[in-house]
Amino acid sequence: MTAAAAAPIADFHLANGMQVVVIPDHRAPVVTHMVWYRNGSADDPLGKSGIAHFLEHLMFKGTHAHGPGVFSDRVAELGGQENAFTANDYTAYFQRVAREHLGEMMRFEADRMTNLTLSDEVVTPERDVVLEERRMRTDADPAAQLQEAVHSALFAHHPYGLPVIGWEHEIATLDRHDALAYYRRFYTPENAVLIVAGDVGTEEVRALAEATYGAIPARGEPPERARPKEPPIRAHRLVTLADAKVEQPSVSRIYITPSYNTAKPGEAEALEVLAHLLGGGATSLLYKRLVMEQKIAVAAGAYYLGGALDDTRFFIYALPAPDCSLEKLDAAIGALIDEAKHKDFPAGDLERAKTRLVADAIYAQDNQTSMARWYGASLATGSSIADIRAWPERIEAVTPDDVRKAAALLDSRRSVTGYLTPEETPAAA
Amino acid sequence: MTAHSEPLAPAPRSRAASVQKISFAGGCEAWLVEDYAVPLVALECAFPGGAAQDAPGKAGCATMLSALLDEGAGPLDDEAFHRALDEKAIELSFSVDRDTLRGHLRTLAKHVEAAFDLLRLAVNAPRFDERPVERVRAQITAGLKREANDPDSRAAKAWREAAFPDHPYGRPTNGTLESIAAITRDDLVAMRRAGFARDGLKVAIVGAIDATRARALLEAAFGALPQTAALRDVPEARMANLGAVRVVDIDLPQSTIRFGAPGVGRRDPDYDAAVVVNHILGGGVFSARLFKEVREKRGLAYSVHSGLQTQQRGAIFAGATSTKNERAAESLSVIESEIAGLAEDGPTDDELAKAKSYLTGSYALRFDSSTKIAGQLVQLQIDGFDVDYLDRRNALIEAVTMDDAKRVAKRLFGAGQLLVAVAGRPEGIEGRHLG
Repeated sequence: MTAAAAAPIADFHLANGMQVVVIPDHRAPVVTHMVWYRNGSADDPLGKSGIAHFLEHLMFKGTHAHGPGVFSDRVAELGGQENAFTANDYTAYFQRVAREHLGEMMRFEADRMTNLTLSDEVVTPERDVVLEERRMRTDADPAAQLQEAVHSALFAHHPYGLPVIGWEHEIATLDRHDALAYYRRFYTPENAVLIVAGDVGTEEVRALAEATYGAIPARGEPPERARPKEPPIRAHRLVTLADAKVEQPSVSRIYITPSYNTAKPGEAEALEVLAHLLGGGATSLLYKRLVMEQKIAVAAGAYYLGGALDDTRFFIYALPAPDCSLEKLDAAIGALIDEAKHKDFPAGDLERAKTRLVADAIYAQDNQTSMARWYGASLATGSSIADIRAWPERIEAVTPDDVRKAAALLDSRRSVTGYLTPEETPAAA
Repeated sequence: MTAHSEPLAPAPRSRAASVQKISFAGGCEAWLVEDYAVPLVALECAFPGGAAQDAPGKAGCATMLSALLDEGAGPLDDEAFHRALDEKAIELSFSVDRDTLRGHLRTLAKHVEAAFDLLRLAVNAPRFDERPVERVRAQITAGLKREANDPDSRAAKAWREAAFPDHPYGRPTNGTLESIAAITRDDLVAMRRAGFARDGLKVAIVGAIDATRARALLEAAFGALPQTAALRDVPEARMANLGAVRVVDIDLPQSTIRFGAPGVGRRDPDYDAAVVVNHILGGGVFSARLFKEVREKRGLAYSVHSGLQTQQRGAIFAGATSTKNERAAESLSVIESEIAGLAEDGPTDDELAKAKSYLTGSYALRFDSSTKIAGQLVQLQIDGFDVDYLDRRNALIEAVTMDDAKRVAKRLFGAGQLLVAVAGRPEGIEGRHLG
């Protein structure tokens, strides 16, 4: 039905257990080469928050065969782009290069899957780099600090409550032994997914992958991702961050909801549609009511972070108009969510939301890196290739009743409200 | 099966040959790349003007105009316009930079007629109704408040104000709380009327559409615009305050540093050499000097980079980093010494070879999606190049000699003076005003 389903995407496993996905796109003579590991910040050992992300930085520090910087210098010399990222559930590395360099990228990437070497000389300055990264992203931004506090409050026990980059005092203690222990545990062929998107065919990729990644001995089972489960929580929480640097206040609500991986059939798709109906742009319910009609907000929206291994998050946010208090705006948001639990969304609204979501799957095909990221993130969070292919059909199948049930999953007892406000100024004497 | 791990063959192709030129509306030209691999159509267009057309006291007018074009037009009010876009998943938005106002359209191929019709309305008949005007004003105002104490925004703003004190380039593109409050509907109407014309219009289309159909849709969308724009003259911008340091006090543990100097214009014969030299200093790769010295060796910062900004009336070279307050002075001194070293000695042979290799090899990465291709094609038209540039560009980079690189490094950095702006509480960096 959709072009997404028609795209000739191939997938197979190497003998050592590494999964391979090939996404052909012959419009430009370039390829995107990515390796995803099915571990992220939520797998950081207790007291070692930030180790997944720190190791991601250290993966650029060289191997027995290629000293520090050799791989990166080679990528640059070839006119390639490279980087890496760490999230709750995965860590990924990629290069974008002209097609003829794919084999060389695979040799380098396969090499650093098992042969990383680390000395204190390179580890210590890199830890400072990570601390500066944290200062830049968090310490300089009250909104980012509130986000951290809201997540800590939302998850009583599950590691999604910890920042991906880690807590400053724990980052400061991480050393090469921590990094190597974590590396040996997770960087294995069984735990990795290779995605190649671009001007290349399946058999070319298969041959190159067997000659490079295929030479890495299997380790047996993939590593276990044992994470503590959330206890039932029955208290709504309000977290307020007041800072003199805040000139534009904001309110957010975050709910724990099922993810694609933990939901009952159809539930996650309905949450996706609900997020669009509630807060996907200028025609959404939140925007229409709060911004256009009541004029108590200048912006409002919602989104659902469906791709997660464990129960995940549904976000709602709004920026108040100058004369509206956060309490009043938050109450209006609450009223809209209650309304959605019983609302018969007009058929036209539901159709528009589905059209938009399904179109996104087609727009994604215009960009090989978007496709590679979509497949990689899905496969690293429990979805199968068949799940991804059938996603547009499953979105089309969402009914008004499904949407109401999805809204009922937004349980205020499993949510945190965050207020970002200017510092209270003492009343004038 | 014949398994092999030989290198894949490169696929040389002429990019210029894939571009069709379409004449429309009596003298306008659009560039088209017809491609049916994905069932969508992307369009990028640009009108000359941009934020540099903002009148004194009305900074942000072009930004506000761009935000209002898709907020009601012709028979459709803001809500109806949004709905028409959303019903068919049509993406239409407008943006401004210093010198242009640009339109961005993306649609499924099956909705191309409806998409171009909405583009036609937005360009020719925006309504500027009171409700969306006030809403967009409030949204821009909220954005300004959000960045009021953001160190990046503050450092960039302080740097620009010092660099171009009496020029539109010194004013913030998004305006100020005061200027946004002062913009009237008449200002918006006048700016659109003055700037939207056929003579400076640049258009590129990429995707599942042929030239005949594209021409008809372009005629309808742009054919009714007046022939000539009535833009105000923007004088050449000469950068001021080289050697000065501006410190913006914000109570933060980290200092955000902006540095820069006059650059090299897009049509300057030294442009390609300047690209090579900047790449060696602070291009976006791990082997750049600033990255190696500031980040890799010393762990001073997460991000450090430099780049060329080729504004039409005054090009600049500019860079940035963020480092903890205690080490801000050290970071700045490392950056200054790397810049001075490159001016003094030029790059090494190895650096020059690798920079050229990167810049030529990576050019293809700018053409791997319809939107990116359309953006590249519009930019070439704005810069005054013909389609043959697509095939010539790598030879221009290859032709940069060591003598060129040394000469241009001296030209860019030789004065040894930077304008620096720092936001934070930097230790050991004092504000320095000239004269």
